[in-house]
Amino acid sequence: MLNYDIVVIGGGPAGMAAALKAKECGVDSILILERAETLGGILEQCIHTGFGLHYFGEELSGPEYADRFIQLVDKQKIEYKTDTMALEITQDNVVYAINKKDGLLEIQAKAVILAMGCRERPRGALNIAGTRASGVMSAGTAQKYVNIDGYMPGKKVVILGSGDIGLIMARRMTLEGAEVKCVCELMPYSSGLTRNIVQCLDDFNIPLYLSCTVIDIHGKERVEGVTIADVDENRRPIPGSERFIECDTLLLSVGLIPENELTRAVGIDLDPVTSGAVVDEYRETSHKGVFACGNVLHVHDLVDYVTLESQTAGEGAARYVLGKTEEAEYVTTKGVNGVRYIVPQKVNIKNDGDVKLYFRVGQVYKNAKTVVKYNGEEIISKKRPRLAPGEMESVIIKNDMLKGFAADGVIEISVEV
Amino acid sequence: MQKNIICVACPMGCGITVEIADNGDILSVTGNTCKRGDTYARAECTNPVRSLATTVKVDGGIHNVVPCKSAGSLPKDKIMECMKVINTAEVKAPVALGDILVENILGTGINIVATNHCPAK
Repeated sequence: MLNYDIVVIGGGPAGMAAALKAKECGVDSILILERAETLGGILEQCIHTGFGLHYFGEELSGPEYADRFIQLVDKQKIEYKTDTMALEITQDNVVYAINKKDGLLEIQAKAVILAMGCRERPRGALNIAGTRASGVMSAGTAQKYVNIDGYMPGKKVVILGSGDIGLIMARRMTLEGAEVKCVCELMPYSSGLTRNIVQCLDDFNIPLYLSCTVIDIHGKERVEGVTIADVDENRRPIPGSERFIECDTLLLSVGLIPENELTRAVGIDLDPVTSGAVVDEYRETSHKGVFACGNVLHVHDLVDYVTLESQTAGEGAARYVLGKTEEAEYVTTKGVNGVRYIVPQKVNIKNDGDVKLYFRVGQVYKNAKTVVKYNGEEIISKKRPRLAPGEMESVIIKNDMLKGFAADGVIEISVEV
Repeated sequence: MQKNIICVACPMGCGITVEIADNGDILSVTGNTCKRGDTYARAECTNPVRSLATTVKVDGGIHNVVPCKSAGSLPKDKIMECMKVINTAEVKAPVALGDILVENILGTGINIVATNHCPAK
């Protein structure tokens, strides 16, 4: 059996940032487990720029952003194993993992940081009628084909879902010579960043059809086209609005799901809205000594926020290992009236610092305000000219405010128009 | 004339209004929340530019391609032409992050640089 103070599962931006922060906080015995052949995670295939504006103050591509952390991991001599799959976490924080070189690994950890990221929602989750012709894939799969493997998976493309990956791939496929016929979005708004609609669709005259979906896929060996239709306010196709679009490829960008199989198996409480663990302000889960951060906790729109959150988790894990945790008395957080979720879901009022709450709204709002209430009493109110589901919001609860809270209190965040 | 544009300088996506005189002079820029937004809005109304990220073929590397980007902004209407040039280029592994893969593309003064490492196979 191997022994480490902290085992980090996942060597993407979350895992690396958490490990580096834990090291900085004084923990030397750290091991990162990474399933892929290199550190970096999904950033390796996200070759477009726009990463790092908040964190580094410059615009980097995904691989460049990852490389900064990979260099630091090497410099700090943090151990990692690539090509290694974590299989199980036990009640006593023993991590089982496997790779071709070491075989089965049994690792006793004092603390575990979950940083497994998320995966794309597949076709099977959508129940689109039609044939099983080749040419239907997730946008991220196409991204890997084009950006890592160097080949084009199609020539005439329809994209379902206007999340950021779908938008980015609309531009990428166009740049490489494909004809992107349209992007269909089931909802009446895009969940992607506005800048991506401008620079990935508008720049190339790619139409975005809102309240529209794919209802049939045609083709025997290869996709020959799709039928799209407008949908009503209940997201049901409107009869008579169907039209056929010829294409050989359908890319799906229909949502991301935190990859929480390990989390679930060990019995950690999950939030049904985020599909990630329920955590406190240091991102500790319901299982003592197990922390979670990045897209496995909740899907982020910017990697910069993943980095910041993971540093919090890394600090939390280090404090836990070094025995610096204070006793806990929690207040819970609750998103109401337009706020879909808040992370963290609970906050220790004995915490000696400020606490930042991240939250996401359920629809687009203009000229609204976000209101924070403690046990029904307004404590913070912020005017927001624009709120959108694709853009994470945050609010800071100052420590003096926190000190005034009592155990079992409730912090509610809502949208008021 | 009034032109409404959405800033792409960063993920904030600010809505910016530019007031343009009949002779093309920019009278005012409002709605931006930082200086980059002002710069972007002025450029967008006079000489729109974009950064370009794509891949270059690699001979003998662990992957077939290495990601790259323009080391500065390129004229928006030259992007597809730049893609043609980049897609005819091929470099030998190993490639290091920051290596210049295409120099002074289309005479713009902008280099195409590698954004990741690609070790030899």
